[in-house]
Amino acid sequence: MVHKYDAVVVGAGGAGLMAGLNLSAHGRVAVISKLYPTRSHTGAAQGGIGAALGNHEEDHWEWHMFDTIKGSDYLADQDAVEILCREAVETVYELEHWGLPFSRTPDGRIAQRPFGGHTREFGKGPVRRACYAADRTGHMILQTLFQQCIKNQVHFFNEYHLLDLIVTDGRCAGVVAYCLATGEIHTFHAKAVLDATGGCGRMFRVTSNAHALTGDGMAVALRAGLPLEDMEFFQFHPTGIYKMGILLSEAARGEGAILRNRTGERFMERYAPTLLDLAPRDMVSRAMYREIREGRGIDGKNYLHLDLTHLSAEVHDKKLPDITDFVRTYMGLEPKKVPVPVQPTAHYAMGGIPTDTDGRVIRDEVNTPLGGYYAAGESACVSVHGANRLGTNSLVDILVYGRRGARSAGSYIKENDWAPLPPHADGRGRAQISRLLAGGGKERAAQVRDSLQDEMMEKASVFREAKSLGTMKEKLAELRQRFAQIKIEDRGVKYNTELLEAIELENLLDLAEVLVESALGRQESRGAHSREDFPKRDDINWLKHTLAYKADKGIQFKFKPVTITKFQPMERKY
Amino acid sequence: MKVTLKIKRFNPEKDSEPYWGEYPVEAEPTDRLLNALNYVKWYIDGTLTYRRSCAHGVCGSDAMLINGANTLACKVLLQNLGSKITVEPMRGFRVIKDLLVDMEAFFEKYRKAKPYLITHSPEPEKERLQSIEDREAFEDTTKCILCGACTTSCPSFWANEDYVGPATIVNAHRFIFDSRDEGREERLEILGAADGVWRCRTIFNCVEACPRDINITRAIGEVKKALLFRRF
Repeated sequence: MVHKYDAVVVGAGGAGLMAGLNLSAHGRVAVISKLYPTRSHTGAAQGGIGAALGNHEEDHWEWHMFDTIKGSDYLADQDAVEILCREAVETVYELEHWGLPFSRTPDGRIAQRPFGGHTREFGKGPVRRACYAADRTGHMILQTLFQQCIKNQVHFFNEYHLLDLIVTDGRCAGVVAYCLATGEIHTFHAKAVLDATGGCGRMFRVTSNAHALTGDGMAVALRAGLPLEDMEFFQFHPTGIYKMGILLSEAARGEGAILRNRTGERFMERYAPTLLDLAPRDMVSRAMYREIREGRGIDGKNYLHLDLTHLSAEVHDKKLPDITDFVRTYMGLEPKKVPVPVQPTAHYAMGGIPTDTDGRVIRDEVNTPLGGYYAAGESACVSVHGANRLGTNSLVDILVYGRRGARSAGSYIKENDWAPLPPHADGRGRAQISRLLAGGGKERAAQVRDSLQDEMMEKASVFREAKSLGTMKEKLAELRQRFAQIKIEDRGVKYNTELLEAIELENLLDLAEVLVESALGRQESRGAHSREDFPKRDDINWLKHTLAYKADKGIQFKFKPVTITKFQPMERKY
Repeated sequence: MKVTLKIKRFNPEKDSEPYWGEYPVEAEPTDRLLNALNYVKWYIDGTLTYRRSCAHGVCGSDAMLINGANTLACKVLLQNLGSKITVEPMRGFRVIKDLLVDMEAFFEKYRKAKPYLITHSPEPEKERLQSIEDREAFEDTTKCILCGACTTSCPSFWANEDYVGPATIVNAHRFIFDSRDEGREERLEILGAADGVWRCRTIFNCVEACPRDINITRAIGEVKKALLFRRF
């Protein structure tokens, strides 16, 4: 079946809904999503959205900009960060005007709390910049955007899974998607496509990410010949519930919670004397791994304690109600009385599909755009997060760049006609489905995925080195061979979620390869990429972005300079 | 621990009627029911079909009838369910395949009560002011994740599928009691109609079913009261 739209948005989390909402003013738009929009993982964001409103104390977008760049270990493009931090302020007011139920200050303004790496006066001390709605900020953003989409009659295709990107004559001509309800393959012929498919945390065993986060948009872009930028940078959030990886917001530490080792010591005093527990996530996660390695994990095991016992009942009940509930439900513990077992959890891909500051996807190191193709949010890399994202900035990113991408796509669809659909536009998508269904081997997709997640956690997570990454590369080749032997039992066409999981696993395998090869290539330590064999940052050789391409002989690289405008790279101390 | 999942199965492409499938699962007492369902799908029978995504109770994908009560499969632990666990799709929605139901009518009703902020006054340059007390008045109903557990546990909904149902009322309440909203009258008009709030017989099933602990019956009561005061 072929549909014709001016523009198609793929993904219906924060970035996709923001884009759908803004693009719908410019033409006929479809938003396709493998989930019902309100199931998207934006809804799991907890602590807040960063914007220098200054509702409690003095704050400026320039301070936010500096913190974001320093947090990124100077890999973020500074022009993009400036836009992010300037537009954050108007974006938060826009959300409020759309009805987002922010928590309030006593004088009725939007309440703000401290968050990791956010400071006043260029690093002097923490500042209250994270605008929040209890610890459900992402839920409120997702609901508010969905409500606005209903009000503005945005057109959704729910439970359609992205299979392929149609590129013809150097332009994007649409996407191919698999309808879960019927098993039919649909071609969406469009002048412009905006990818907002989110992250790929499911390649790791312990993750805060939903099952759905399998990097579909990134994998499809890669297979269509586009590069992926900075994939070696993957953020591990310090406080995941032990073993399960469920996120316990940094807002807990923003409200005063403390990380402790087996002796009860507040170990962050040794790693970040000024910001302590509110140092950026890469530093806190590394500190936790070190504590565990040096035998100071709780009972000698691979976890530490998040201590909230000294916080008032009001903070637990009013400011952190959801995480209090999670600890009770999943650990059977009362966080008012006992500390909570936590370990770093795979959380966020800083890298993704490279774009410029108007959301246009670029195909090379000199920023040549691929006409009609846009990306925003976690699947994209502008890059505003560089080597390490600050907490609250992902929510700013999805909204600011979701809107900017939509605006430039909006102009594009006015000025351009549809690129002609190539013959057999859905050929690659159909071939993939047939190949997977025809497999008659003995492997189960779940076993291959289990191995992938365990091996990635062990060899390519918080600390890496040439040896572990090299072994991981060999493992991935082995996992690909096993993947070729998987058998899908479900032969049906209606809601064949077993087939869907196999498609998703293939995406994860492709992206794990890019992550590992990019990590192997980057011989330095910067932000979330920490090489034990190259422990120092190396600005002379590596102050540049990685662009990874899929070629017949494996992954090929190009490199792109970092845009530096206001802040020269300095040593990063907190 | 060893548990047996007794799952109500139905594949529209094969089965003329639903049947019960039994699956032994070796699991930790602290595993979520979703972990056990995943185990069955991944290692025993790949055709088992259900929705799931976040796996920690915030996305609303996996509401189902577990040991006779609606809840999220990712928000209940095996140690609280006994050794033989029955799992069925939510009642009152059309079953598409196994535990996966048709949610279209549910979202259609949700849209009916205008679930978005309605304002006519000009927007200020910065945020609208709202006191902590005014914000608190609708706090409870902002938590809804649209999972459908409340509506499909409601006998009034089972008896009359045209009833808008608790989830729709919860999402209307969220705006009716928001001091910034100016669409109160239009929403009350919709909820005061024959298929609106008066179908609620205060049975409280919805309150028990809600995985977000929203006091739904109280919210419905507040909407009823708003309608009564409006009339007199």
